[in-house]
Amino acid sequence: MALLSPEKGWWNKSIAKDEKTWIVFATVVALSLFTLMVGWHLIGKQNPSFLVYSTSPDEFYKLAHANWEKYKVGEEGGMPVVKPPADSDVFLVGTTWRWEPVLVLKKGASYRFHISSLDLLHGFSIQPVNMNFKIHPGYDYVLTFKPTSSGDFRVICNEYCGPGHHTMISKITVEE
Amino acid sequence: MFLKCDITGFNVDKRALPLIKANAVVSVVAFLIAIVAALLVLLTRWQVVHLLPVDWYYRILTLHGLVALVVWIVFWEMAGLYFGSTVVLNARQVSPATGWLAFVLMVVGTALVAFAVLTGRADVLFTSYPPLKAQPVHYLGIILFAVGALIVCGLFIANVMVAKKEKTYGDGPLPLFSFGLLTAVILAVGTLLAGAAIYVPTFLWSLGLIDSVDSLVYRLVFWGFGHSAQQVNVAAMISIWYLGAFLAVGGTSINEKVSRTAFLFYLIGINLASAHHLLVDPIPSPSWKVVNTSYFMYLAVLASMIHAFAVPSAIEVAQRRKGFTKGLFDWLKNCPWENPAFVSVFLAIVIFGFIGGITGVINGMEQTNMIIHNTIALPGHFKGTVVGGTTLTFMGATYYLIPLIFRKKISMYGVAKAVPWTFAIGIVLLSAGLSTLGYLGVPRRHWDITFSGGPFTYTYPPIADIFWVVAVLGGTIAFLGALAWCLVVVVSVFFGEPVRGKQDMQLTMSSPPPPDTERHDSRYVAPGTFALTIVFMIAFLIFVTLNWGWLSIMWEVK
Repeated sequence: MALLSPEKGWWNKSIAKDEKTWIVFATVVALSLFTLMVGWHLIGKQNPSFLVYSTSPDEFYKLAHANWEKYKVGEEGGMPVVKPPADSDVFLVGTTWRWEPVLVLKKGASYRFHISSLDLLHGFSIQPVNMNFKIHPGYDYVLTFKPTSSGDFRVICNEYCGPGHHTMISKITVEE
Repeated sequence: MFLKCDITGFNVDKRALPLIKANAVVSVVAFLIAIVAALLVLLTRWQVVHLLPVDWYYRILTLHGLVALVVWIVFWEMAGLYFGSTVVLNARQVSPATGWLAFVLMVVGTALVAFAVLTGRADVLFTSYPPLKAQPVHYLGIILFAVGALIVCGLFIANVMVAKKEKTYGDGPLPLFSFGLLTAVILAVGTLLAGAAIYVPTFLWSLGLIDSVDSLVYRLVFWGFGHSAQQVNVAAMISIWYLGAFLAVGGTSINEKVSRTAFLFYLIGINLASAHHLLVDPIPSPSWKVVNTSYFMYLAVLASMIHAFAVPSAIEVAQRRKGFTKGLFDWLKNCPWENPAFVSVFLAIVIFGFIGGITGVINGMEQTNMIIHNTIALPGHFKGTVVGGTTLTFMGATYYLIPLIFRKKISMYGVAKAVPWTFAIGIVLLSAGLSTLGYLGVPRRHWDITFSGGPFTYTYPPIADIFWVVAVLGGTIAFLGALAWCLVVVVSVFFGEPVRGKQDMQLTMSSPPPPDTERHDSRYVAPGTFALTIVFMIAFLIFVTLNWGWLSIMWEVK
């Protein structure tokens, strides 16, 4: 019992058949999940990247603006609309309280997203596909996305960054 | 120095009693504040009411996180640690004065933090991720609180060492309940050291003595504190489950070697598993993530699955020896359902396993973490672990502290019996509502999901409205249950009838069942429990499959 020392010989007491079966079963499931995570890097198409560059808010801001100037096609919501070619670099900047710019992408094409923050932590959340990443200042997080559905999407912030947090929203349009 | 308890026969150190009482009373006050804050937060999140203005929403959310997750739970655990290292071991309290020093540090720390948060000096939420900065008084409060808690951990270890030396609990190993608590204490020491490693530099940064704190390093070390703390709660909770199995039906772990090894797994596995908070952060590599969160975390998960069998089987085997042998579940039907402490433990096991455990493992997998990271599914998950599991368990265990420590009968016993059911139903609905909303992409910690004032708008699918109603309904029911519990506890402790002896005990105090003479290796001793755990595993595998299905239809990313 829980309030007395175990009876003599407790260490050598054999494990009951059902308890043993359960432990083996649970272990097998745990190992399968481990294999699944490793295996998904080989067969799966959704794996968080770990390609990162060290940067600074100033440097990243300059890089992003240079890129936007190059591929800018208009303005919407007070920010540039950028339409980068397939297989190119895309820059997304999080700052209190904006996600910039608006992006126009093509379905089935790959884009190297460079995402960083100029100040606090921000959450990079694409809706409604619901993919979520954490963005830090000083780290240029490179995620290669291939949109597999078309339409209008939103980028929202889901890491608390002050009272204007809920106004951080931008748009991604994916064309067929 | 000692009193002989006329109900349990334990020798109780008179100097430990006021320490237990003081910590328990503060924890209940904190609990009351936490649930009021919870309701305010929930009614703000629900856009139909949208109660608080934006600054107060984040302020009350900060308060709720700190008071619910830290103040309520840790003060209650301090009371539990004094109880588990003196009363149930017949042992004396080492240096009660140090205990009072720790208590004062923790109360002062709490007061400083509450002051900082409520006066807008710390609008940084529970996690206080830099570069978000609070005023120094906030970090100072947390550090004082942690030092107090660390001192109590030291006292627990000292008490146990003295008890062992003086053979107050006999010659054998430490009883399982105290053994589990010792695991919690060892985890707590590591946890609090990680806390010091991150809060001290952050405090210095806030004072202007350090230039910056790297946000990634902060998150790495912070979760060595923040998540390990939850494992402390789990170890304490499961210790109480074993105690509950004994008090309710006289149940004993069917194999102490297995139960104790499982506690050891927690020690080995969990600090590494805190890495699962960084699954979608830049820098950590897939191998770092997989090694830390799967290979090692599964040791902790496996431990929980072992307890998930060991605790119910302790109850089942005891009941079967008492003659409830018919079919698979006759033993369960004949459990003491009129004992609200037992009901609390039972419901906590179910909620912790089916909701907290299942969502937890999926959240902790490298790829599926992308689906739920920072969505409101996260609060949905820990409503299943730390609220439906730990909090409900502590609420139930408090019912035993009232007659045994405060020596008062439980007032309004009918209400007391309704509390665990009400609270559990509320939390299940709340958790289901929040989890589903998270899968629909609703962010956590967000004042306005209509994004008013932003350059664009976004509207969540209409089905989200239904799940908000489910969450609010559940949250309100849970709030009422929790409020009723506070009322029962306060009225009992301050105005209750005194307990004069065994005849005034309203809760069961079982004795062990007749001894077992058969060997165990060749047969199924707990077929009912075995069936229930298989049902659990099927539910788990279904949910895993669904998540990986959802993952596979997302945009591609690498």
